[in-house]
Amino acid sequence: MSALWTVFAKEVVENLRDRRTVLSALVLGPLGAPLLFSLMMHLGIERGREHDERPLELAVAGREQAPNLVAFLQGHGVHVVAAPGDSAGATETVRRHGARLVLVIPDGYAARLRSGQPSRVLLYADSSDTGAGADHARAASLVAAYSGQVAYWRLAARGLSQDITQPIVVDDIDVSTPAARATVYLGMLSYFIVFATLMGGLYVAIDATAGERERGSLEPLLTVPVTRRALVGGKILAAALYMALSLGLTITTFSLALPLLHLDAYGMMLNLGPRVALSIYALMLPFVLMGAALLTLVASFTRSYREAQSWLGALLLVPTMPIMFAAIYQLAPRLLLMWVPSLSQHLLIQSLLRAEPIGASSVALSAGCTLALGALLARAAIALYERERILG
Amino acid sequence: MIELQGLAKRFGPLAAVRNVSLIATDGRVTGLLGPNGAGKSTTLRLLYGVQRPDAGRALVDGIDVATEPARALARLGVLPHNAGLYPHLTARENIRYYGALQGLAGAVLERRIDALAELLELGPLLARRTKGFSQGERVKIALARALVHEPKNLVLDEPTNGLDVLATRNLRALILRLKDAGHCILFTSHVMQEVAALCDEITIIGQGLVVARGTPAELANAVAGGSLEDAFVAALVAGEAG
Repeated sequence: MSALWTVFAKEVVENLRDRRTVLSALVLGPLGAPLLFSLMMHLGIERGREHDERPLELAVAGREQAPNLVAFLQGHGVHVVAAPGDSAGATETVRRHGARLVLVIPDGYAARLRSGQPSRVLLYADSSDTGAGADHARAASLVAAYSGQVAYWRLAARGLSQDITQPIVVDDIDVSTPAARATVYLGMLSYFIVFATLMGGLYVAIDATAGERERGSLEPLLTVPVTRRALVGGKILAAALYMALSLGLTITTFSLALPLLHLDAYGMMLNLGPRVALSIYALMLPFVLMGAALLTLVASFTRSYREAQSWLGALLLVPTMPIMFAAIYQLAPRLLLMWVPSLSQHLLIQSLLRAEPIGASSVALSAGCTLALGALLARAAIALYERERILG
Repeated sequence: MIELQGLAKRFGPLAAVRNVSLIATDGRVTGLLGPNGAGKSTTLRLLYGVQRPDAGRALVDGIDVATEPARALARLGVLPHNAGLYPHLTARENIRYYGALQGLAGAVLERRIDALAELLELGPLLARRTKGFSQGERVKIALARALVHEPKNLVLDEPTNGLDVLATRNLRALILRLKDAGHCILFTSHVMQEVAALCDEITIIGQGLVVARGTPAELANAVAGGSLEDAFVAALVAGEAG
């Protein structure tokens, strides 16, 4: 057995006996991430559904001026309550969360309406209140719908068809597939997969580098006639094995837990069968090697176990950042983006979940660039071990 | 045989080792004696290749550590200062790891470990995980690890540090046994009695320079007090004045 595999085998066995490693790599990450994700997704879906079904609460000032409008709103599921009549009062009410929305019907509304002039109503809302956005849109569209109805009556009274006011009618046609709709919620799945994968190698990498130095077992090890390449290579591969295990378990847990959410009941479809799960695993393997090299390199820089822990804790966020960017900028899979490790894996996983075809060139570019970066990081770690300062 | 020829090493402004030469021959115990910070550990690190000298050479059985590290290190067993073990591995697994890295395997390796267990009286320790071992037990395992590939030459950096009286006695007896078996042993210490009891040849260093060398008797006879401790102090004072 070559020295590299001797080092690998020893690191694997040693970490298997370390409760902290086993707990974080094989239990907490693979169980915790999918459970947390499923819970968040469940809450997200439930909240969205409750939102659509629950009556809209709307504070209305001056309702006596517009009994028909109020009746129309009530007829469309709006729970109308009274509100102070002036603009200062309405602003104050919204700001202090007395009500999310206040509809003020000013004096003269009824008179203007009767004389056929445009009548203004004021809808007060707070755009920094993220929960109010949907309510605001719903209230505004209901008022607009009432306005349309009034227009229809006026035209009908004059013997005109409403068609003349509507030269163009927009019909919305949703072309999304049930699988693609599910990725609205499953968008963060790859984030959790990447995170759990890195967690799997975290303690192995720390133990093999900073831990070894802190225990004083590095110096005797360096007196053995073994190349630093074999030494570092064995350590990186040991971390990679734990990451691969963690990845496999995480994907398995996901594919077992997510069906319990019954996405089909919401018009969505979960496209995470054994084939897709295996494909995700294969797509992530280059990332596993790259991540193991990254963790080992950074942990080799640090002076102690504790220092390594805090550095690597922060480091866990780095590969997840491209995924954040992808979410913020709504990046669609493009060959150009396959150069970026972790982003390319994220986009390819998204495509798999949406049941869209993925190109062989995209997969090759993603794997190639990720492995190339991994090789660079591994070389840097070996170079670090070739310096005599490695002993600290 | 271990030969150090004019070794020197600086760490920034600090000249840790300025000029150290010595020869440690087979079948003898050679002591490297000096106060804390004299450059003992750095000298040994230059010998076993984890640090590279700015000047001079270190040879193991005539092989230059700098140019042929793999061949030189294969002939060297090293017990560094405060050497650590792997707490989650048993003593046998700790020793086996080093044996495997030295190129041993299978039944040969296991027989070698059994032989070391007998030599070092490891007994029931062998099957236990090393977490919680006493300092004396740890030194024994680290020594077995250093001897697993049957090196002719052995380097021990402050091996008795942290050992109790009994463990120190046992280690001393062991070093003498290895010497009788023909090993070349180079060890450092700052404890006078230990060096006097063990060494055939002593090199005293201070501030990175050799200040005296000779057998314990020669060194002691050279000063008025006639004890090795007097010789040690006298040599250091002379070295500093020079």
